[in-house]
Amino acid sequence: MSVQNFPPIYSTVVEIFQWLKSVYKNISFPEKGSCLSSGRSLAPRGRRSCSSIGCIVSVPFGSHNNVWSTGRDPAIWEADTDAVYAALSHHLWSTFTAPEAKSSNEDLKEMLESNKESLKLEAMKRVVGLIAKGKNASELFPAVVKNVASKNIELKKLVYVYLVRYAEEQQDLALLSISTFQRALKEPNQFIRASALRVLSSIRVSIIVPIMMLAIKEASADMSPYVRKTAAHAIQKLYSLDPDQKEQLIEVIEKLLKDKSTLVAGSVVVAFDEVCPDRIDLIHKNYRKLCNLLVDVEEWGQVVIISMLTRYARTQFTSPWKEDNEKAFYESEEEKKDQTEATPYTMDPDHRLLLRNTKPLLQSRNTAVVMSVAQLYWHLAPKHEVNIVTKSLVRLLRSHREVQYIVLQNIATMSIQRKGMFEPFMKSFYVRSTDATHIKTLKLEILTNLANEANISTILREFQTYVKSQDKAFAAATIQAIGRCATDISEVTDTCLSGLVLLLSNRDETVVAESVVVIKKLLQTQPTQHSDIIKHMAKLFDNISVSMARASILWLMGEYCERVPKIAPDVLRKMAKTFTAEEDIVKLQTVNLAAKLYLTNSKQTKLLTQYILNLGKYDQSYDIRDRTRFVRQLIVPNEKSGALNKYARRILLAPKPAPMLESAFKDRDRFQLGTLSHSINSKATGYQELSDWPAVAPDQSVRNVEVVEPSSSESEEQSSDESDETSSDSGKSSSGSEKSSSESEPEQKKKTKTKKAPQKKSKAAAAVTAPSFGPVKTHELLHHMTGKGLSAKYHFPRQPCLYQPSMVAVQVILANSSDHSLEKIHIGDRSPAGLNIHCFNTIERLEPEASVTVSMGIDFSDSTQAANFQLCTKEDQFSVSIQPVVGELLMPSTMSEQDFSKEQGGSFAGRTVSSGALVLVSLELKESSALLTINTEKSVMASMLLRDLKQALALA
Amino acid sequence: MIHSLFLINHSGDIFLEKHWKSVISHSVCDYFFEAKEKAVDPEDVPPVLQTPHHYLITVHRGKLFFLSVVQTEVPPLFVIEFLHRVADTFQDYFGECSESVIKDNVVTVYELLEEMLDNGFPLATESNVLKELIRPPTILRSVVNTLTGSSNVGDTLPTGQLSTIPWRRADVKYTNNEAYFDVIEEIDAILDKSGTTVFAEIQGVIEASVRLTGMPDLTLSFMNPRLLDDVSFHPCVRFKRWESERTLSFIPPDGNFTLMNYHVSSQNPVAIPVYVKQSISFFESGPCGRLDITIGPKQTMGKTVEALMVKIHMPKAVLSANLTATQGNYTYDLPNKVLVWDIGKLNPQKLPNLKGILSLQAGAPKPEDNPSLNIDLRIQQVAISGLKVSRLEMFGEKYKPFKGVKYVTKAGKFQVRT
Repeated sequence: MSVQNFPPIYSTVVEIFQWLKSVYKNISFPEKGSCLSSGRSLAPRGRRSCSSIGCIVSVPFGSHNNVWSTGRDPAIWEADTDAVYAALSHHLWSTFTAPEAKSSNEDLKEMLESNKESLKLEAMKRVVGLIAKGKNASELFPAVVKNVASKNIELKKLVYVYLVRYAEEQQDLALLSISTFQRALKEPNQFIRASALRVLSSIRVSIIVPIMMLAIKEASADMSPYVRKTAAHAIQKLYSLDPDQKEQLIEVIEKLLKDKSTLVAGSVVVAFDEVCPDRIDLIHKNYRKLCNLLVDVEEWGQVVIISMLTRYARTQFTSPWKEDNEKAFYESEEEKKDQTEATPYTMDPDHRLLLRNTKPLLQSRNTAVVMSVAQLYWHLAPKHEVNIVTKSLVRLLRSHREVQYIVLQNIATMSIQRKGMFEPFMKSFYVRSTDATHIKTLKLEILTNLANEANISTILREFQTYVKSQDKAFAAATIQAIGRCATDISEVTDTCLSGLVLLLSNRDETVVAESVVVIKKLLQTQPTQHSDIIKHMAKLFDNISVSMARASILWLMGEYCERVPKIAPDVLRKMAKTFTAEEDIVKLQTVNLAAKLYLTNSKQTKLLTQYILNLGKYDQSYDIRDRTRFVRQLIVPNEKSGALNKYARRILLAPKPAPMLESAFKDRDRFQLGTLSHSINSKATGYQELSDWPAVAPDQSVRNVEVVEPSSSESEEQSSDESDETSSDSGKSSSGSEKSSSESEPEQKKKTKTKKAPQKKSKAAAAVTAPSFGPVKTHELLHHMTGKGLSAKYHFPRQPCLYQPSMVAVQVILANSSDHSLEKIHIGDRSPAGLNIHCFNTIERLEPEASVTVSMGIDFSDSTQAANFQLCTKEDQFSVSIQPVVGELLMPSTMSEQDFSKEQGGSFAGRTVSSGALVLVSLELKESSALLTINTEKSVMASMLLRDLKQALALA
Repeated sequence: MIHSLFLINHSGDIFLEKHWKSVISHSVCDYFFEAKEKAVDPEDVPPVLQTPHHYLITVHRGKLFFLSVVQTEVPPLFVIEFLHRVADTFQDYFGECSESVIKDNVVTVYELLEEMLDNGFPLATESNVLKELIRPPTILRSVVNTLTGSSNVGDTLPTGQLSTIPWRRADVKYTNNEAYFDVIEEIDAILDKSGTTVFAEIQGVIEASVRLTGMPDLTLSFMNPRLLDDVSFHPCVRFKRWESERTLSFIPPDGNFTLMNYHVSSQNPVAIPVYVKQSISFFESGPCGRLDITIGPKQTMGKTVEALMVKIHMPKAVLSANLTATQGNYTYDLPNKVLVWDIGKLNPQKLPNLKGILSLQAGAPKPEDNPSLNIDLRIQQVAISGLKVSRLEMFGEKYKPFKGVKYVTKAGKFQVRT
């Protein structure tokens, strides 16, 4: 891009001048081109050079060497120069980039239209370079859009980038590309499908809304979770393009919320937040699933899900923050919760589930995730549990400056309400000289919030260092902080005050001024016996020039003029001399002082007061004139003044309440922590209020989920489903996982464990929670000695039987330990004759040392009577029997808490496999004993189950 | 969520812009420039700014501002964390994160930004996933690409995107299988004038460099895990195993990554490796001051202190420094008023000393406050907290990897007040 590329440059400059001329009518032009110099010419004074494109155009401006003459006064020209320059440079920019783009765009166009892939790619890279710089490349649209179907993936992607950027401006041409995307949406490659949807939905052209809608609907049912994720993103794009589609989009959101993939969860919640944040009903059924998936969702999704669930929880659960008599209860073991009749509050198991499942995320490397968990605990957890977030928040202070800033803001808000949370970490908030100013001030704020009787001396010593800081703004803030400590903690008020008085002799004026202001506030809180300080300040008065400080001293003099009867009139005398040169605020306080002195000591000050009132009467400021008139009427008795005059003294010298020194973060807690609104301290667009806890919890059963048919391929998701189903069983949802945060959990675990070990066969409870992972005990069906080489073992996989719902699934492992192959292994006669068995298919041949696993189903008719049958090979028949333990005859069952008892100690609901009779087990813990209750219509079964459970628990 | 991104250099030029939703004019950055004008130091610019229609969230990294524009409520840390992740990715791809490098690789940068966000929501931020989508530029590859016409862009979905372990790519193969871990500890401390410790704590990080074939499952255990008070993990670490057994069990990402960050429990006293004797004073009369600093070893665990460096932010009035150092060199950076004394290795027999005169601007008042010293140091082969890795085991693969653990102690924010 050399100068030669720009033959039209002369005309361009002239164009600019013409344009300028239209702006400034009275500019006359120099000779054509005389102000254009190429290369690096020295610009004389007042010239500005614009070197954006390889040649320098120097525009002489505001100089008096008459490059052009202007009808204006040179001084005004000088002043205007900047404005003109700004306008000109902008115009230059656009005019000059355009021709540049034009000329190079010509060859770009040629390159794009060539047959060579490499040339096209090169051209597209340059085009993307233009876009990145923010330059206009829209006129290449026709040439670019032709390549949308290119085979070269990189070229195609760059074309996508271009399309998304300019489609809005070139709607008609953009439509040409749509069919390509529609085709790509049907590609077998999921990545191509996803990218096509991404681009299609990013093209902001309203004509294609129906096409987009269709594409989103299809993609939301795609096999690939990645494509479904893209669909979730597309929902928001379409919504912002056409809000009328809301209803249809909500349907898609509803569908995607049910998605079990961790990939989709975060994205669909973003869409939910954007499109229909008020449709809380859509969350109910997915609440438990989201809680359980949370740990495996990618980190960005975790952040949005957690903040959405925080809002959800505040509408659905009752407050765990009952203060009064429950305080003692909270400090005691949570286990006792169930026994304490006096406490009506029990945490909803779903509430507990959320708290429990978010806790591990405090260890995330992602600061946003940690913060979102912290705010969740702050807004949802019982007060005594919030402390667990402290360490993690303090850890974040090691991170980048920006992270520190946000985290400190949040800690500042938290530390006002809960000092104890951060007090042990006080030293982490000590300021370093290298911290940025806003970080320093925030740390100071927190230290001040944390101050109490015990640590105040440490904090004050630390503050002493800060006051000496080179950063004067920070030093001033420290003085404010000392003032706050002094008012908050009465023990140290005197120490602080004397410290501040020492600062009055500081060399830096801001420090002195700030000290005066703070001292004034402090004296006001306890004015007795401080006349020394007031005298000291009076002495300093001549040397202080910051008006706020001067005004403060004057106010003090007036307010306590009776304590310093000799000094106050003298100060007034000095003020009378300098009155006219003072700032307004000082003048107002002078008038006040005069008035107060007049009332208390009119003998000495009558003339001075009159003089000052006269000065005030003719002051330039309205305020001062008004005040003067008011004061004169009030204090000087005359006929018109009436009754008010009598009360002048009581009006002016009334005892005044001391000002409150408060934290700037005091009312920040009206915003949800961690939000943008909290950070800027005003409501940001789209901020969702956190609702207050409901007085009465809404129906809990809305979150119950019908039993979902487990699909064998997706074992991971299945496990979360299972725990979904069981979570309704009063809070034992994740006993399968090892985390135990609530007291009831170890108990629960014990129960499941003991069931596994000594009871050998009865593992129903374990099966409920972890169907696919629980260690499975196998039993001998046929020993290889008796079976002439054929051995068989079986175990109960504890999954619903595939063949008939009334059957119990059994897996049999057949092994051949003989030296010859066995043929035609099948099941022969069975007894009792009516025994309903689903046999496995005959195994044609089992080689030596080989084994095979087959599954079968047996209907035990809810009895523990053994199922006898014959296992046959081609030559032999062996009688075998399977005797189930009662636990194997049960299936987990879902029911709402209302339907079941509300005990938390540990309970289980199930159905018998065959007849579907309900079996309810509840375990109620007393201090030293436990009450185990089993309710079922099958009494034999109940007694057997009771015996087994008792045995198991006793062993534990 | 994130609407647009502008990259801005120190002189205030916007040299790259990317929009994930509709285009926002770069004039929105004017509010930022206004705030930048007001701030003394670029670090002082508030990270969150409010403008009439937008909110600007800015991150300052390596002399660049990453300015993002958001229009609606969003957790600010979400944006900040993401912007830092973008900067990390650039660093990872191009070796550094600077204006010139970004300008040279503008197309790759643009492709990366396109993949990292969709409609303002992060799509792929794992380095391993991104590297499968867009291969990092190397000289060899660019030559090959020009010859064969192949491209840097992958056309299949990276395996990581779908799996439950997105951080690892499939089919990794190495001839030399190695797993190295660096345990790096930093001492954060504030010492007061007399040398007493005001505040000290140890923060540690375990950086891993793992190049192993296939899908190895590693377990790293410590001799003394009780030292660790607070930890944060790479997502690959199984948290439940940590809770129950205090061992790190994980399927590692391929390449370099941070395995964990930790904070050493504050019950343990922190060993401060060096002591500093200093006196900086400014005379009441005459435009000068005196400086005298000596550094000596204190608790070094029997190791040598290396890369010792002292940095002093001088008061504004200090014009020049005329000093003599018994060891190392000193420089005084006048515009920033920073005195740097680069000492190098600390010799316990002959303690390094820096002494001399500071001249002040004529007529300027005597500086109120003495500047604090920032100390930088490094001790090889020791973790100052005493943390030790006891063993590393590998499951799931048959070969025998090379394993190694290295310990380093550094000074973090180590400040001596004067």
